[in-house]
Amino acid sequence: MSRRARRRLGRAGFYLLMALIVLYAVFPFYWAIVSSFKPGSEMFRIDFFPPPSLANYRAVFAEQPFGRNILNSLIVASSVVVLSLGLGLLAAFALGRIRFHGRSLLLFTILGVSMFPQVAVLSGMFELIRAMGLYNRLPSLILSYLIFTLPFTVWVLTTFIRALPKELEEAAIVDGAKPFTIVTRVFLPLLGPALITTGLLAFIAAWNEFLFALTFTLSGEQRTVPVAIALISGASAYELPWGNIMAASVVVTVPLIVLVLIFQRRIVSGLTAGAVKG
Amino acid sequence: MAGPAASRLTRARTRAAWLFLAPMLVALALVAVWPLGRTVWFAFTDANLSDMGAAGFVGLANFEYLLTDPEWWRSVWNTLFFALVSVSIETVLGLAIALALNVHLPGRGLLRTAVLIPWAIPTIVSAQMWAWMLNDVFGVLNELLILLGIIDQGIAWTANPDTAIWAVIMVDVWKTTPFMALLLLAGLQMLPTECYEAAKVDGVHPVEVFWKVTLPLLMPALLVAVIFRLLDALRIFDAIYVLTGNNQATMSMSVYARQQLVDFQDVGFGSAASTLLFLTIALFTVIYLTLARIGSSQAEERP
Amino acid sequence: MPKLVTFAALAALMVGASAQAATISISCGSVGAELEFCRTGAEAWAKQTGNEVEIVSTPNSATERLALYQQLLAAGSGDVDVFQIDVVWPGLLGSHFLDLSGEFSQEEVSAHFPAIIENNTIEGALVAMPWFTDAGLLYYRKDLLEKYGLQPPTTWEELFASAKQVQDGERAAGNDKMWGYVYQAKAYEGLTCNALEWIDSFGGGQIVDADGKITVANPQAAAALTWAASTVGQISPEGVLNYQEEEARGVFQAGNAVFMRNWPYAWGLGQAKDSPIQDKIGVAALPKGGEGGKTTGTLGGWQLAVSKYSDSPAEAIDLVRFLTSSTEQKRRAIEGAYNPTIPALYQDTDVLEAAPFMGDLYETFTNAVARPARVTGAKYNQVSAEFYNATHQVLSGRAEAGAALDALADRLDRLSRGGRW
Repeated sequence: MSRRARRRLGRAGFYLLMALIVLYAVFPFYWAIVSSFKPGSEMFRIDFFPPPSLANYRAVFAEQPFGRNILNSLIVASSVVVLSLGLGLLAAFALGRIRFHGRSLLLFTILGVSMFPQVAVLSGMFELIRAMGLYNRLPSLILSYLIFTLPFTVWVLTTFIRALPKELEEAAIVDGAKPFTIVTRVFLPLLGPALITTGLLAFIAAWNEFLFALTFTLSGEQRTVPVAIALISGASAYELPWGNIMAASVVVTVPLIVLVLIFQRRIVSGLTAGAVKG
Repeated sequence: MAGPAASRLTRARTRAAWLFLAPMLVALALVAVWPLGRTVWFAFTDANLSDMGAAGFVGLANFEYLLTDPEWWRSVWNTLFFALVSVSIETVLGLAIALALNVHLPGRGLLRTAVLIPWAIPTIVSAQMWAWMLNDVFGVLNELLILLGIIDQGIAWTANPDTAIWAVIMVDVWKTTPFMALLLLAGLQMLPTECYEAAKVDGVHPVEVFWKVTLPLLMPALLVAVIFRLLDALRIFDAIYVLTGNNQATMSMSVYARQQLVDFQDVGFGSAASTLLFLTIALFTVIYLTLARIGSSQAEERP
Repeated sequence: MPKLVTFAALAALMVGASAQAATISISCGSVGAELEFCRTGAEAWAKQTGNEVEIVSTPNSATERLALYQQLLAAGSGDVDVFQIDVVWPGLLGSHFLDLSGEFSQEEVSAHFPAIIENNTIEGALVAMPWFTDAGLLYYRKDLLEKYGLQPPTTWEELFASAKQVQDGERAAGNDKMWGYVYQAKAYEGLTCNALEWIDSFGGGQIVDADGKITVANPQAAAALTWAASTVGQISPEGVLNYQEEEARGVFQAGNAVFMRNWPYAWGLGQAKDSPIQDKIGVAALPKGGEGGKTTGTLGGWQLAVSKYSDSPAEAIDLVRFLTSSTEQKRRAIEGAYNPTIPALYQDTDVLEAAPFMGDLYETFTNAVARPARVTGAKYNQVSAEFYNATHQVLSGRAEAGAALDALADRLDRLSRGGRW
């Protein structure tokens, strides 16, 4: 086989793989959309293109304060992202650029926090939340989510900050810049893709969290989206709530897709955009 | 950089380091110290959820029992198998997606949005969605396979322990590959472009560029991405719990710990299981990081 | 914790003294129409008494609901006043609930099935009032049995033969998705209910007897599980090994099964207007295990309990009194086919008209077999987990019934410290 033919075959194989990945990724979501259009008894029938009916969507918003739930999730997830990125960036600068004693140990300890199963942390966290008087209020979720977003953010940002060339900082030090100025003026702009990526991952982790949200909130108005979805019950008596659940899932996935679309230029700024060229 | 000025600078920088670390450490201490410390303490007691005040110190008894419990060992084995297989698949797929997103391919926008969708659907929903798709009678997956003529009778994916673990892996890979792809993509974008340009000028084959330039440079980001996936995978809970419940044959360490803590109200024993899970993961991480460090220092030594 | 309790008690005293309108929060189940019935009932009480109610919706799955309750109760939280609890939970959660025996008159208590009252009495304290009861039932397709000239089966062997005959006939006639019998065999509490029915119907006892002795390793029990294992792949899809109630109902309601074991709730859903099998369903008691066996059904159902940590215990108790009253139970029986816990209602003509099976199967409901939750107390969930895991192994062909039951008995023996529990 000639080199060109081989390359072409390789390229075709690559496209095929990508097509399969897209299919694998999208099909369940497509199936969720299809299911969200079906009334109750149709659920047990397999039909790839049903006539769309919006009844399930109307029901989702009519039967619970779902708009409020979405807002709650947005508030919680955004706060978690801002807090984790802010705290994480400062810490990552210290851990990534400054040599001091106990640095590795500290990194390990931070990592250790994310090694406990969530259910083991639950009771203690519940006591903590109640002691602080945050029970059934959104700050309880913002605070408790830091336990999994913070270690992750710190570690990822540390890695990225370490990878940046030394010369950048040295120039700034020679100019007499204070460490805080170095972080905000030198590193912050360069870390664009890393910040947006880690921020997005933290956002989605907070957006999707279920166990804490179920346990730390009680009233429908304080609940976040995953809990609201999990607690959907078919209010019209003889109907599987499956259609409603799928409709709700489709609704909550849309903001995330919008988020990705807004940030996509930054997420994939690509080599040509030259994020690191400075 | 010797002399009093340099050491003053170093001291100032060390001070700055702790100053910068302080807010994060305070926040972490606030949310983590009490819950984690409490779990570790309860691991040495016979605490029961119905009367937490009556907990008494029992030393290592919980751990002794745990280490002789065949069900615990089965859950350890299940978890390790699951974690190794799914993280390996996710790394390869994630890397492929990240590379594809990093070059200007037609249809890149579609791919980028598509791969992010699974990550965006709440786990609690997606696991149930898959359970529904994997249903032996009404599942669309069986329907498709029958339609394509691959099988002629529906497979009971989640009922048979042999296929159930693979069903769980399939769901997890679907769900978390985007995480991997995004982290690797961010890593790719922060690579210095000079190396590529040099390689391009030299006319090096792209595959060779990948192995010789991209992969070594990407290593730190790859290692961190794999660590966090591994930590997550070793704590796997949702997918297994929703798909097969408390079935012993597919139980993971987290499911085991949850069953003790919640279903059996045995806080002491469940905490011990959680602590042992923590130690297992810590051990894994240390081995992994040590290997990675040896690997990367060897790579650096090579010219 | 004691501080919290004192505080709650103080608060309760203060509220009790002022007798102001209170807001009572009640947590209800959310399977099918449960939540809606709970809401209408509780709101009727609120209107009548001038108090307010808040409905707390909880997860569908009983296991997750239990986990949530445990968190709330272990923390001494007064955020939920009235809890809807499963028939097997009084032993687990009882220490967090008020003793209702002094609050309800002797008459009010004795109007309910004595067996359920006994089940809800933990160390002399009546920790919950019965709300509705359940028992495992056999659903069958009237039309299909008629078509093949068959009677509803009275033994499991008969069920096997009928199921096989109809299944093979229907498959030959073109419905290749047809199965004979569906039930719940996922490794979860529902399998404990199913397996207890098989074993009890063969005369194999109730896993642990009333004195705490472990009786599960006996030849009848082994015969029962051997029979059950023979259904998988023959008259039941392999998928039953991961079915819960709704999966089984899905297959049956889509018209793809001849027989189904399920709780009474499936009746209302199967008879709904848009159901493909409306008016084609029959309900019977579960078959006997051989000629020497007996009909049986596992006792299920839900109770209402009042939290010790409630800020307004008097109002909470009043709400429970209202919801468990004969009037409210009758409404629920007629509108939602929820089985009353008051025997007198089973002779009520309005009730019988709406749900005829309640009259036909009165015996099944009164003689339902209880899971060994009372005797095993706080260890019940462990017993159940051991039991359903052993059963699941037998059903999935990974273990032989006799050997699995012997091993199970050993483990239960160790768990119970020699039957002392």
